[in-house]
Amino acid sequence: MNRMSWFNAVSLTLGFAFLYIPMVILVIFSFNESKLVTVWAGFSTKWYGELLQNEAFLNAAWVTIKVAVFSSTMATVLGTIAAYVLVRGGRFMGRTLFSGMIYAPLVMPEVITGLSLLLLFIGIGLDRGVFTIVLAHTTFSMCYVSVVVSSRLVSFDRSLEEAALDLGCSAAEAFRLVTLPIIAPAVISGWLLAFTLSLDDLVIASFTSGPSATTLPIKIFSAVRLGVSPEINALSTIMISIVTIGVITASLVTKHQVTRQKREEQAAVRA
Amino acid sequence: MAYLLWQSLSESQRSAVSKNLLIGTPYVWLLALFLVPFVIVLKISLSDAAIARPPYFPQFDWAEGIAAFIAELDFENFIWLTEDDLYWKAYLSSLKIAVISTFFTLLAGYPIAYGMARAPEEWRPTLMMLVILPFWTSFLIRVYAWMGILSNEGFLNQLLMWTGVISEPLTILNTNSAVYIGIVYTYLPFMILPVYSALERLDGSLIEAAEDLGCSRLTAFWLVTIPLSKNGIIAGSFLVFIPVLGEFVIPSLLGGSDTLMIGKVLWEEFFSNRDWPVASAVAVVLLLLLIIPIVLFQRNQQKQQEAEQ
Repeated sequence: MNRMSWFNAVSLTLGFAFLYIPMVILVIFSFNESKLVTVWAGFSTKWYGELLQNEAFLNAAWVTIKVAVFSSTMATVLGTIAAYVLVRGGRFMGRTLFSGMIYAPLVMPEVITGLSLLLLFIGIGLDRGVFTIVLAHTTFSMCYVSVVVSSRLVSFDRSLEEAALDLGCSAAEAFRLVTLPIIAPAVISGWLLAFTLSLDDLVIASFTSGPSATTLPIKIFSAVRLGVSPEINALSTIMISIVTIGVITASLVTKHQVTRQKREEQAAVRA
Repeated sequence: MAYLLWQSLSESQRSAVSKNLLIGTPYVWLLALFLVPFVIVLKISLSDAAIARPPYFPQFDWAEGIAAFIAELDFENFIWLTEDDLYWKAYLSSLKIAVISTFFTLLAGYPIAYGMARAPEEWRPTLMMLVILPFWTSFLIRVYAWMGILSNEGFLNQLLMWTGVISEPLTILNTNSAVYIGIVYTYLPFMILPVYSALERLDGSLIEAAEDLGCSRLTAFWLVTIPLSKNGIIAGSFLVFIPVLGEFVIPSLLGGSDTLMIGKVLWEEFFSNRDWPVASAVAVVLLLLLIIPIVLFQRNQQKQQEAEQ
């Protein structure tokens, strides 16, 4: 059953080629000497040098990272609380509305979310800038965090918490000492998800940013609209490599942890 | 002050307060930054446009009471949407593009998911990882990558001319075909993952049984595998269809002036024409349009859950 037929081998090869070739081409042509992105004229790293001197891009990158760190941290706190309330909170007034508001932003088109937040900020007279982007990003990414965290909360044994309570923990202690360590992997991946969602967002940031704060996606979008440029290729390559290194490191770490856990379990069984 | 107040409470009062605080924090946040903004959009969609800051006249005031509010409601912007055929065409063309590209994403994604589910077990985590990895790289950059490939002097044309398939470069960039390619490319993982998880759970002995009973491989696939992976197909199709309907980045980078998608129209109505009431009305209708597939999806999920129990 597990032997690969030629059909499966071909479809996997073609499929992954389709997924990765565009990005590979992008990376290769970031080292192109020529200004024309489609004609190869020899190896060069000059576009990386130009990128590092482009202050507009550097400023935008800094704003983007600040926004992503703040909003993903806030989203993780709020999203974890929301997940806890949904899974463990029992009945409370307006529960249906609450769970609706958690799931609705996941399917909402970004243009609508962006438009409505902008109208709110203008309505209450809030100046648009880094602060409003953080508010907007926190709002939509907390929903993703709470979905990730609640799936972990649902699957773990509630009696562990109850045991801690029986043994004299307060509810807060039981959460901190028992629940949080168990759901920690989900909380961390929720934070990472919120972080990448914030880094990646163009549409909502465009609506909620003011002239004082431009994020990298907004900058890239306006540059790309004018056409393809080797500087953007260099920037994309940097971003792709950071993500690839990060994801590979993370997966190696988890793999390592899983094997260690298995070894410990086996040792415990033997003992 | 707050501390003293806290000290004066009894144990059960404290736990009630902290429970309410716990529920209240995310609740109030979402109310203020998700629900209230929608009410504002609804309100502005019922207002008149004006050349002012903000560029609309509030058409009603909550203070005047419900009766005055209903009397003053102004559906002019919605009527305007039905009169100018730009909007009709944009909604229809968004629907068309979403349907066609969902179909092509399924066509491209199913064989990949099938291959993954049939791959040796020790490969599967790596293959999964390879499907998820593009999710983590910027959406914008993945769309941008296609601009270089599809342009007139792009790699696709160079490759096709070099192999002698065509003699004149094809115009692909800035057409609807480029939009389809971009959507299939960026949304492919959304299709692969649910179909893969449905196929992985599928019991191989059912296919063997079908083959033993005289089915050819192809009929066994058609009569057994496809129906059993139906839930994955449906979930994947909705995961592609729903976000594509409101897509903005792909049509504005890969599409041309004749590519009409409602997300792009809304953006232009808002930023270029500065007609906020009409932009809000476009948003409200888009939401109504989205509610149908979402309700269908939820109903399907419920049915699936009931069937599993």
